[in-house]
Amino acid sequence: MFTDARLVAAKDLRIELRSRVTASQVVPFAGLVLVLFGFALDANKPTLDLATSGLFWVTVLFVSLMAVQRSTAIETTDGARRALLLAGVEPGAVFLGKATAVAAQLLAVEVVLIGGIVVLYNATIEEPALLIATCVVATIGIASAGTLLGALVAGVRARETVLPILMLPVLAPVLLGATRAFDDALGSVAVNGWSWLAMLIGFTAINIALGVLAYGVLLEET
Amino acid sequence: MTTSMTDNAREVSPPATGSRTTFWLGVVSLVGVVALILLSFFVAPEDDDQHDAVRMIFIHVPMAMLTYVAFSLTAIGSVLWLWKRSVWWDTVAHGAAEVGVMFCGLTLFTGSIWGRPTWGTYWDWGDVRLVTTMILFLIMVGYLAVRSLDGDTATLATRAAVIGIIGAVNMPIVNRSVTWWASRRTLHQKSSLTDGKLEGLTLFTMMFGLVVFSIVMVWMLIHRFRISWLERQVSEGDLSEALIARRAEAAVVSSEGGSK
Repeated sequence: MFTDARLVAAKDLRIELRSRVTASQVVPFAGLVLVLFGFALDANKPTLDLATSGLFWVTVLFVSLMAVQRSTAIETTDGARRALLLAGVEPGAVFLGKATAVAAQLLAVEVVLIGGIVVLYNATIEEPALLIATCVVATIGIASAGTLLGALVAGVRARETVLPILMLPVLAPVLLGATRAFDDALGSVAVNGWSWLAMLIGFTAINIALGVLAYGVLLEET
Repeated sequence: MTTSMTDNAREVSPPATGSRTTFWLGVVSLVGVVALILLSFFVAPEDDDQHDAVRMIFIHVPMAMLTYVAFSLTAIGSVLWLWKRSVWWDTVAHGAAEVGVMFCGLTLFTGSIWGRPTWGTYWDWGDVRLVTTMILFLIMVGYLAVRSLDGDTATLATRAAVIGIIGAVNMPIVNRSVTWWASRRTLHQKSSLTDGKLEGLTLFTMMFGLVVFSIVMVWMLIHRFRISWLERQVSEGDLSEALIARRAEAAVVSSEGGSK
């Protein structure tokens, strides 16, 4: 299963590297959102200090919509999904592979975004370990839930509009948890970020399990 | 039961969504709602703290409880569709989601109206139940959005069932996260049922409201179930049947033309 998952992830990442969509479109989009938030909040230093964590994760959620949509589109064009099934790859492995590829892309964007909040919002990183752990766990959670929901709207004409309606409410706990954990890591609000990280681990574990169990049904039937 | 309707199922299906049972359920619902309005406005006493605003709980609390009943039915129906391929349960899941979204929307609406005179604000971010209910509402709106997509009935049922389950499984963690998040800013009363403040006629009216709205929900669910069942038959009622009907029509027209 894990060998198949690695192969699927490598395939998706190879396509992404060759098309360079993440580098040429998604990263500039993420940077643009950060700049626009700066304008919207009138570059007010105290407000930005308080809002940095939330703005960071809202940007990640927007980016995740793009990443999931691209990941789904790869399988829907040219009947690639059927080819995957016919190749005898386990649906659970396809799910894990695709979620890993989405998570890897999101993490790459987050590295740039962290640079962005340090430079543009003047954020200081006080707990790097918490910051990195939050990024990794929350991103895997977003990628898992997103990949499953992406498969759900695969091949649907209105998927660009339906996917955000499905994904954003489900990801609400990630926004809450990751934002509070970041507040602690950036030292902007006095909260216990590690307990929020534990909640994020719970969310991620649940959504990985759901994905492994339910992805096969969607892959075969939709 | 299979995903395609059998001929037998077509024969036993009702020609309309009403029946003698639903007629009487409708009558009881109507009488119950009128009685509830009279009880709420003319019999139940004013609250010492909340004054007349307390009357909102006679519809707000029952609707909130029934929202969760409806969404639980959706979750159960979703599991049974995926597990047993039960068309009956899938139809229940769909109907319960629609009725649940309506009740959930009204819960949020009546809660906001009640919040204004009681808390001084329509919306309180510190209230766990309010925020959790809003997220649940948005997830279930997504469920209905998927139900309205193009595609064959069985595929849509599967897609929707997965969302029904994702929503149900994630609800405890949504609730937990909102509880922690809101713990610093709550200004809300505890559960109206468990804090022991409600008594006498006020408690009776609220329980009466619960019974009345339960009957209203059952009445709506039966109608919605029958509509979905008929819709399904139409969508799965074969192109071939339509073609036979169309050809029969064409044959009549051409024979009439020939006889002239």
